[in-house]
Amino acid sequence: MAGSRGYLDAASTEPPHPAARAALLDALDSAWADPARLYGTARGTRIVLDRARARVANVLGVRPDEVSFTSSGTQAVHLAVLGGLRARRRVGSHLVVGAVEHSSVLHAAELHERDGGEVTLVGVDRSGRVDPAEFAAALRPDTALACLQSANHEVGTLQPVAEVAEHCRAARVPLCTDAAQSLGRADVPAGWSLLAGSAHKWGGPGGVGVLVVRKGTRWRSPLPDDEREARRVPGFENVPGAVAAAAALEARHVDMAADAERLSALVERIRSEVPRTVPDVEVIGDPVRRLPHLVTFSCLYVEGEALLTELDRLGFAVSSGSSCTADTLRPSHVLEAMGVITHGNVRVSLPRDVEAADVERFLSVLPATVAKLRGDLGVIA
Amino acid sequence: MRFRGRAKSRQPAAAPVPAAPEPSGPVPVLVIDALGRKCPIPIIMLAERIREVPVGEVVAVLADDPAARTDVPAWCRMKSQDFVREETLEQGGWGFHIRRTY
Repeated sequence: MAGSRGYLDAASTEPPHPAARAALLDALDSAWADPARLYGTARGTRIVLDRARARVANVLGVRPDEVSFTSSGTQAVHLAVLGGLRARRRVGSHLVVGAVEHSSVLHAAELHERDGGEVTLVGVDRSGRVDPAEFAAALRPDTALACLQSANHEVGTLQPVAEVAEHCRAARVPLCTDAAQSLGRADVPAGWSLLAGSAHKWGGPGGVGVLVVRKGTRWRSPLPDDEREARRVPGFENVPGAVAAAAALEARHVDMAADAERLSALVERIRSEVPRTVPDVEVIGDPVRRLPHLVTFSCLYVEGEALLTELDRLGFAVSSGSSCTADTLRPSHVLEAMGVITHGNVRVSLPRDVEAADVERFLSVLPATVAKLRGDLGVIA
Repeated sequence: MRFRGRAKSRQPAAAPVPAAPEPSGPVPVLVIDALGRKCPIPIIMLAERIREVPVGEVVAVLADDPAARTDVPAWCRMKSQDFVREETLEQGGWGFHIRRTY
């Protein structure tokens, strides 16, 4: 795919999967009617939507009626967290969340706190991983909900979701898992009660999220009542988007093991090569229990944004958790919680069709780029 | 939000520093004023000037970029220097005390 040469920011958004494009165009023509109506074209659209739901459910290993399509991954997270809390108001208003959750989880937690709820953040170790025992110790008799991501979006560290889920089950607390960064790339962890995902992260279209509420999990919409998506998500369904999302997820799932092996080898190459060629650099995140496609490192004495700008000029799209721009006053809460250098931070995340030559070219330009920026700041290495 | 776990000592507002009666610990022999400077400048100033103090003595960096609260201890860890403590400054910002180890 010529358009994605040098694109190393799949964790922000994965380039559209060809299967998604084909499914989207087809559904735009054939499944545009209102799936809530009773005439033929509408029933046809309803069938297409439900088939997409069944395909997503099949990949996730859940029942189709547990799956709802939302208007984004963020909306799926907000509904999962706030709906999970609302359903258990009689139990209490205590929420437990990992300190390195995506901002959509933390913003939902902040809203809960503003509404009088109590929030406990569970810290992480240097690799960005929560300790299951520490997470378990944060659960209380009045805990309404716990949240733990499947994998960290900035450093790729996998979280011990299954272990934490067992502790939550023992404490009778539902666990909400933000799986946005891992769906389509790694196995879905076991034991969660609520799950949120985002289609554009797995090669589906933007503006489509997935909310899964397992049977037996109490959940109540925090939004005004609406008939759509089994009363879980308000608003007219994006049927073509849902169809494309399902097609992409299925296609990714088929190739998942092979993609993971290939991308993981490229990530390993970056993990070993960058510290060898760039002085004063730290590769961060768990080296083993990690996503296959994502690696992050921090270069001492470099502004993250300057590095991104320079790499962009050289034809590379990467991301950073640094904060040297006017619109981000604070550094990434993930890097802060891990206690690692927050400046000079670079996140490289490989799309499924990345070529080894792109990675090699990146590795070849990085040392001189870092050296130049350090020189600009007067650092003599 | 309340913090639990290993990261809590690094988090803002977790433990309000009592408005300073004489803080404990050794007096810095060099104070680097990086107030108003964005990271990574405070770290660069620290790296440049730490050799001005004798091994075993303490240098202080004054900074008000919140990133410094993470970056100074992380720099000490990477460079095997000894991060002694963080104090809150009356005029805003923080003083970071570092003992030179080599």
